[in-house]
Amino acid sequence: MTALPALPRSPGALAARRFLRNRMAVAGAVFLTAVAALALAAPLVAGHDPNAVDLAAFREPPSAAHLLGTDSSGRDVFARLVHAGRISLLVGLLSALAAVALGTLLGSLSGMFGGPVDAVVMRAADVVLSFPSLVVIVVLAGVLGPGTALLVLVFAACNWPTACRVVRGLTLSLREREYVQAARAFGAGRLTVIGRHVLPAVLSQVAVVGTLLVAQMILLEAVLSFLGLGVRPPQASWGNMLTDAQNLTLLQTMPWLWLPPGLAIALTVLAVNFVGDGLRDAVDPKGARR
Amino acid sequence: MTPLLTVFDLAVEFPTEYGVVRAVDGVSLEVGRGQILGVAGESGSGKSVTAMSVLGLVRPPGRVARGSVRFDGEDLLTLPARRLRRIRGRRIAMIFQDPMTALNPVVPVGAQIAEAVRLHQPGLRRAAVKARVLELLASVGIADPADRYARHPHDYSGGMRQRAMIAMALANEPDLLIADEPTTALDVTVQAQVLGLLDTARRESGAAAVLITHDLGVLAELADRVAVMYAGRVVEHGDVHQVFTTPRHPYTRGLLSSRPVLESAGGALVPIPGSPPDLLNPPPGCAFEPRCALGAGRAVCRTSRPEPVAVADGHVSACHLHQEPI
Repeated sequence: MTALPALPRSPGALAARRFLRNRMAVAGAVFLTAVAALALAAPLVAGHDPNAVDLAAFREPPSAAHLLGTDSSGRDVFARLVHAGRISLLVGLLSALAAVALGTLLGSLSGMFGGPVDAVVMRAADVVLSFPSLVVIVVLAGVLGPGTALLVLVFAACNWPTACRVVRGLTLSLREREYVQAARAFGAGRLTVIGRHVLPAVLSQVAVVGTLLVAQMILLEAVLSFLGLGVRPPQASWGNMLTDAQNLTLLQTMPWLWLPPGLAIALTVLAVNFVGDGLRDAVDPKGARR
Repeated sequence: MTPLLTVFDLAVEFPTEYGVVRAVDGVSLEVGRGQILGVAGESGSGKSVTAMSVLGLVRPPGRVARGSVRFDGEDLLTLPARRLRRIRGRRIAMIFQDPMTALNPVVPVGAQIAEAVRLHQPGLRRAAVKARVLELLASVGIADPADRYARHPHDYSGGMRQRAMIAMALANEPDLLIADEPTTALDVTVQAQVLGLLDTARRESGAAAVLITHDLGVLAELADRVAVMYAGRVVEHGDVHQVFTTPRHPYTRGLLSSRPVLESAGGALVPIPGSPPDLLNPPPGCAFEPRCALGAGRAVCRTSRPEPVAVADGHVSACHLHQEPI
């Protein structure tokens, strides 16, 4: 009996290698790591209290004392930028995570049990998808008052159907596999099958959906905060930092007020999307374009 | 003594776009404790569907239309799902046709067998489960189980995969093994090994078995009793020697004469003419009548469906003409 070669690379290691070969994705990941590090270390790197009002020094251009200048209330823009990163990233991550978790749970149950369970879940998904979620959020924020926790909950409640549909589709195909039939014949219940055979198999696809969702959630948070319906001032978020820049004179003459948060949103969302695309190509080599 | 498994008048239906297909139509079988029942018949005759309905695993929209499956005194068809799950894998274990697809390709084989152990012995510690799996792998003749434990199915050869499936089936010392064409997907050279292993393992544990196959030679060698199926019905059922030496149903005779025999090497095989009936529109009489050497065209065979009749002690044939000579 000849000895087998050492255990080969796992599918995960192969996917990681494909991801690392994708330059855009790696650049995106590096950028995101830097942004996350800055956000995490915000109190250390900020140099100023992000909420300290100094009416004697408002709308000052960048200087040695204020790297990115000060805003209309004399608050340090750089300090606000890095602190805002915490909120914006947190809301993006948490709401995407919650949406994907809910979608995966409902999608796998729907696909595995079929029948009435499937019908109810999929109709609910249709209803959610047919709602203009922005309007729902605006109304809810108006009724309940704006707030960060509310944002996360509402974002998750409006965005689970994407993950749900993906997972349901995969579950339907997995359900017909003979090894699932075999597991059932060995006494596994449907929930056991979901835990053992469905969730591990859909995880990579769910990670892709989730990553791309993070970008959408960061954008959505920015939009709502810009409109004054999201993160409540004085707490800084990239979106509400832009609120100050609704005035044409400011736009034309004081770019330090709106350029940093605007760039932060655009670049972060772009980086997240690069990472998401890279992940998709890495976990599904057959679908890789090119 | 009551038999371990009694299937009585089982019928399974599948609604399709074109109408209802009755894949199994009034099947009755018995398996005694420690016995091997061989089930023979061509593709589509309802062998696998019968096996899956014993475990309550007919895939929707298929459904059991009537009949009963009594296992050790309980009717499995009316058992609540929870109790049925405790029987699946622990008291009745199934061995599938193609071990390549019956094992999850991305889960190491050891973990899959461990899962089968844990499902029915949830209190067992991690180390004890692993020790049990290694013991099982060794018992089915897999060399170096410690290394093989962490390997994925693609690192196993076809024969080894089927050995692993057998190990999985034996994990909880079942009373009944159902093997659905366990060697069809294997090379001829390993078929005999795997069947030998299956028989040894079964004998050591004292389990009964239902062996589904279309290899009549295998049945002659291993089975105690045999049931021949055609178009969703059992056409002949009895002791294996009795059925094979004095078949009383023309279909069984046809099957026996359509297989190659060493003694008459060179002689042409005698196939059964025609093909099985369309189960969407089964003929009103005997399903085998159009192909039958004996009854084709006879009025009784065309119009009335033959019921199983005892032709000898423990030997049943569903043929109007069971008294006529071959």
